[in-house]
Amino acid sequence: MEPHIQVKDLNAFYGKQHVLKNINIEIPRNKITVIMGPSGCGKSTLLKTFNRFFELTEYTRLTGNVLIDGQDIYNRDVDVTEVRKVVGLLAQRPAVLPMSIFDNVAYGMNIHNMKKDRNKTREAVQHYLEIAGLWEEVHTRLHDPATGLSIGQQQRLCLARGLAVEPEIILGDEPTSALDPISSQNIEKRLIELKKDYTIVIVTHTLRQAKRLADHVIYMYLGEVAETNSAPEIFTNPKHERTKQYLDGIF
Amino acid sequence: MMQQKPSDPLSQGSGQTQAFLQTRNRRDRTARKAFFGITLIPVLLIIVITCLLVIRAWPILSSQPLANLMLGEVWKPTNEQFGFLPFILGTVWVTLVGVILAVPACLLVAIYLAEYARRSTRTIAKPVLDLLAAIPSVVYGVWGLLVIVPFVDDILGPFFHRWLGFVPVFSVTQPTGFGIFAGGIVLAVMIAPLIIAVTFEVLSTVPDELRQASLSLGATRWQTISRVVLPRVLPGIIAAVVLGASRALGETMAVLMVVGNVPSIPTSIFDTAYPLAALIANNFGEMMSIPLYDAALLSAALLLLVIIMIFNILSTFVLQRILGKARI
Ligand SMILES: Nc1ncnc2c1ncn2[C@@H]1O[C@H](COP(=O)(O)OP(=O)(O)OP(=O)(O)O)[C@@H](O)[C@H]1O
Ligand SMILES: [Mg+2]
Repeated sequence: MEPHIQVKDLNAFYGKQHVLKNINIEIPRNKITVIMGPSGCGKSTLLKTFNRFFELTEYTRLTGNVLIDGQDIYNRDVDVTEVRKVVGLLAQRPAVLPMSIFDNVAYGMNIHNMKKDRNKTREAVQHYLEIAGLWEEVHTRLHDPATGLSIGQQQRLCLARGLAVEPEIILGDEPTSALDPISSQNIEKRLIELKKDYTIVIVTHTLRQAKRLADHVIYMYLGEVAETNSAPEIFTNPKHERTKQYLDGIF
Repeated sequence: MMQQKPSDPLSQGSGQTQAFLQTRNRRDRTARKAFFGITLIPVLLIIVITCLLVIRAWPILSSQPLANLMLGEVWKPTNEQFGFLPFILGTVWVTLVGVILAVPACLLVAIYLAEYARRSTRTIAKPVLDLLAAIPSVVYGVWGLLVIVPFVDDILGPFFHRWLGFVPVFSVTQPTGFGIFAGGIVLAVMIAPLIIAVTFEVLSTVPDELRQASLSLGATRWQTISRVVLPRVLPGIIAAVVLGASRALGETMAVLMVVGNVPSIPTSIFDTAYPLAALIANNFGEMMSIPLYDAALLSAALLLLVIIMIFNILSTFVLQRILGKARI
């Protein structure tokens, strides 16, 4: 099957610092791809090039291509808001918008003018809260401020909010690192359920989480992709010396 | 080297350390009291000034009902007629025009600087704005006299009169250029740096994660600003505007030079006016032979002080809550 995301000769610079070096990878559709590697190797940066968040930082430069469904997202006539609608992001720490739980989920639908009337919006909000496994907990207080939720609930709300704009790809930059173990498990469970409909790319530092989630692994080292392979392959039989050391916990 | 058994300095310290700790604590308490005392001075100063104004204004405040003074339309010190209404309205009009002219532009500048501008633009624009705030009032006054008054007289007045003259507020009846509009323009420029700076600060308190959350859903910058950033900081922006207004209320010199200083009740932005601050500055120390005149001027000062104080306290309170919370 054709890969969902293709990265070709990608190089990224913060000022003069060369942080991504000749990245060439393919990310398979409807799978969970896990990006691993030591701190500072460029995992977050790589993720940010997929939804064009990299350019939000000043004095950065990017060369090469990122293709989503064969379309170069850095092409001149591609609308950046369209890219970000297709490529959702689950941040490290949940950032709920300063509005009600309901309005958080409805926010993306409103900015894209997706629902014709209030009833459709209400149905959709319920639908996505259910997918994120939050509906049961919040359906009696949908119009309370979202900041009143626990961190774990907030992260699931962010998931629902992201899904509501109907993306095809979900990026997660250590999406469970700020959460307690139960909430983390909850998010992991959602992600596994979601992969039948979405392509998921996750950065994680926990090897065990990687083993639980990954179908496909990208191992990065010092701005380069050291090794990329299917999960069973890379966990049982790592080819690259650095990957081996990382898996053995030498880092 | 082995560590000694850890000793608890509070209970087991030697005599020497005990003494040292005591002096140290005593000094700390003294310093604290001294700083508290110094901090109190401005507060005391305000109280003293207010009391002084009340005492000196008392003869007139006690001679007639407050409503008479505040709503009186005639100002004839020689007849002992002290109606403040023209001055109060003069202050309100000039301030209002100044704020209305300043606010939209200031908000756009602050939003641009905080949300859109590159870091390099910001590092140039901010000092320039601060410089604008440092220009002495009288210089603004001269600029108003030389540039704004003729501009209002030759261009703005005729223009408004021609196209909007049927609305009384925009009709020109005394074509000199001196008046509320000229005063408002000068004020707008003078309060702009303050409003921009405070609004910028307030906008900077919004965490970047929120903007990113919105952008990551495919929102445009403007959608993010108008739906996420601005609603969150609205109280702070209102406080910034009120702070600007309180600055405008008290601004004396520049306004006095361009506003005409005629004690009549204005009906158009092209009318002359006579704000409270200008009244005090122009007349204090003169004609003190007229009984109650001095008291009347000082009650004008008291009035101005009270209004400005209320504005200031309200806006400072709101801003402290917003800026303080974000800095913890
Ligand atoms: N905003 C920035 N400005 C300048 N340099 C940056 C910026 N963000 C990241 N870098 C640099 O780019 C390199 C890659 O950073 P990145 O955040 O992608 O690493 P990471 O693999 O996600 O690390 P971690 O596991 O600690 O999150 C690092 O050397 C970092 O110092
Ligand atoms: Mg990272």
